[in-house]
Amino acid sequence: MHNDHNLRQKLREYKRTPGSFILMMLVMLCAAVTFAVLFFLIAYILINGVPNLKPELFAWTYTSENASMMPSIINTLVITFLSLLIAVPLGIFSAIYLVEYAKRGNKFVEIIRLTTETLSGIPSIVYGLFGALFFVTTLKWGYSLLAGALTLSIMILPLIMRTTEEALKSVPDSFREGSFGLGAGKLRTVFRIVLPSAVPGILAGVILSVGRIVGETAALIYTAGAVAEVPSSVMSSGSTLAVHMYNLSREGLYMDQAYAVSVVLLLLVLVINWISGTLAKKLAKGM
Amino acid sequence: MQAVFFIAACASIFAVALICLFLFVNGIPAMKEIGFFSFLLGERWKPGNNIFGIFPMIMGSIYVTAGAIVIGVPIGILTSIFMAEYCPKKIYPFLKSATELLAGIPSVVYGFFGLVVLVPLIRGMFREGNGSSMLTASILLGIMILPTIIGVSESALRSVPRTYYEGALALGATHERSIFAIVLPAAKSGVIAGVVLGIGRAIGETMAVVMIAGNQPRMPRGILRGVRTMTANIVLEMGYAADLHREALIATGVVLFVFILLINFCVALLNRRNRHA
Repeated sequence: MHNDHNLRQKLREYKRTPGSFILMMLVMLCAAVTFAVLFFLIAYILINGVPNLKPELFAWTYTSENASMMPSIINTLVITFLSLLIAVPLGIFSAIYLVEYAKRGNKFVEIIRLTTETLSGIPSIVYGLFGALFFVTTLKWGYSLLAGALTLSIMILPLIMRTTEEALKSVPDSFREGSFGLGAGKLRTVFRIVLPSAVPGILAGVILSVGRIVGETAALIYTAGAVAEVPSSVMSSGSTLAVHMYNLSREGLYMDQAYAVSVVLLLLVLVINWISGTLAKKLAKGM
Repeated sequence: MQAVFFIAACASIFAVALICLFLFVNGIPAMKEIGFFSFLLGERWKPGNNIFGIFPMIMGSIYVTAGAIVIGVPIGILTSIFMAEYCPKKIYPFLKSATELLAGIPSVVYGFFGLVVLVPLIRGMFREGNGSSMLTASILLGIMILPTIIGVSESALRSVPRTYYEGALALGATHERSIFAIVLPAAKSGVIAGVVLGIGRAIGETMAVVMIAGNQPRMPRGILRGVRTMTANIVLEMGYAADLHREALIATGVVLFVFILLINFCVALLNRRNRHA
């Protein structure tokens, strides 16, 4: 009843100000378009893709009759693990330096900020070119999972740095002061007090980077290669799920399989976003 | 231990230096050999005949990005206004995570969606070309830059002091008038930073564009014809290119990199102005 009354009153007000009414409608329309596109995309991929998710697509080997995505799943796992292994410690340590050690207004800190901003703006194809020039050609590693993983670890470094920085900054200073007051040193305070309270925020960043790695294509085609094979070592070449999907849809012969892979990718991204969101909420509540 | 943290912090500087070094060292000689101007302004790209002009690709990137701005910027800004000023509290967390999801969807999935939905749609709507066109790429990129624009401009709108809005209301302005005449102008530089970031995303996007833009290496001839962007040029030919052809592709990457550096520079300037304001 009450709401109904409010609505009528609002409509009466809008009658006097048609300009405002038009603007309001435009805002509503644009928001509707944005979310409609997203839901249509998800629904379209799921409806067309789920029937194509057949058990034989998870067979161990890829053949031209059965474009299995299992090798690509394994490659994706290997590359994700390797990239995180390099980028996570590096990112966390640099964030610790920036937040806990560097003095305010330090010129060096300005330079680090500028370079991380630059890194986060570089398109993935440029990372791919760099990886192909440096790891593949100059270091003579050839197309390999390691070359791909190192390229991606540079790519996700700014993301991990920024999220860790924010998580560390959100730890109240009273925690640090309390720890110093009890006689703990700087290093002990950082590792025993500050880092543990920042864990949910850091994890949220790490999981977002997993999302970027899983979805990355352009940086991997010419570093990790595009062969759909189970890797024998980190020096063997192999395609991740996203690269595999690009190959399938490019050839035009495997559209059903491409639908299936896009369902898997979409579900992965949904899960990743959900976990990262939950963690971030936990951090916000904990403070 | 402080030294370890310090060295880790240097990693990003080292990475940027290494990337610049390798791109420029491998790309500049090719530009010299082809001729700086005939490389940048040459209208023909025929690797088989050793003719390397990337002007069509530069224009392709610019046109496609401009199209993405025309489609994505108004929708993005108005949606961010919805998120900041209209959205009911109950559905806000749901819609917020929806915009984050929009940012998280891999570009191959966007490209695939464009391939199976947008391309046939454009082909059916206009009886010209085969649907892989500048228009298709612009629409898809316009969708892809939405989350960037929405995220940045929403936080810019939220950082405007509430008193501005309330003051306008008290003077008798409507909700809309307060937002569009007072809050939005106050958030201007943040909103522009979001748009510029979106431009950076659009110009650097590779996979989605390759899958739906047609990729013909010639001067763009209309919005329903195919175009090739700089990113597409690299990804399409890098696999089999050798010698000067390969170096010309790396030089294409250098040109793209310079574009991105300029855009980053603009974003940094805008952010600095925000901080001072």
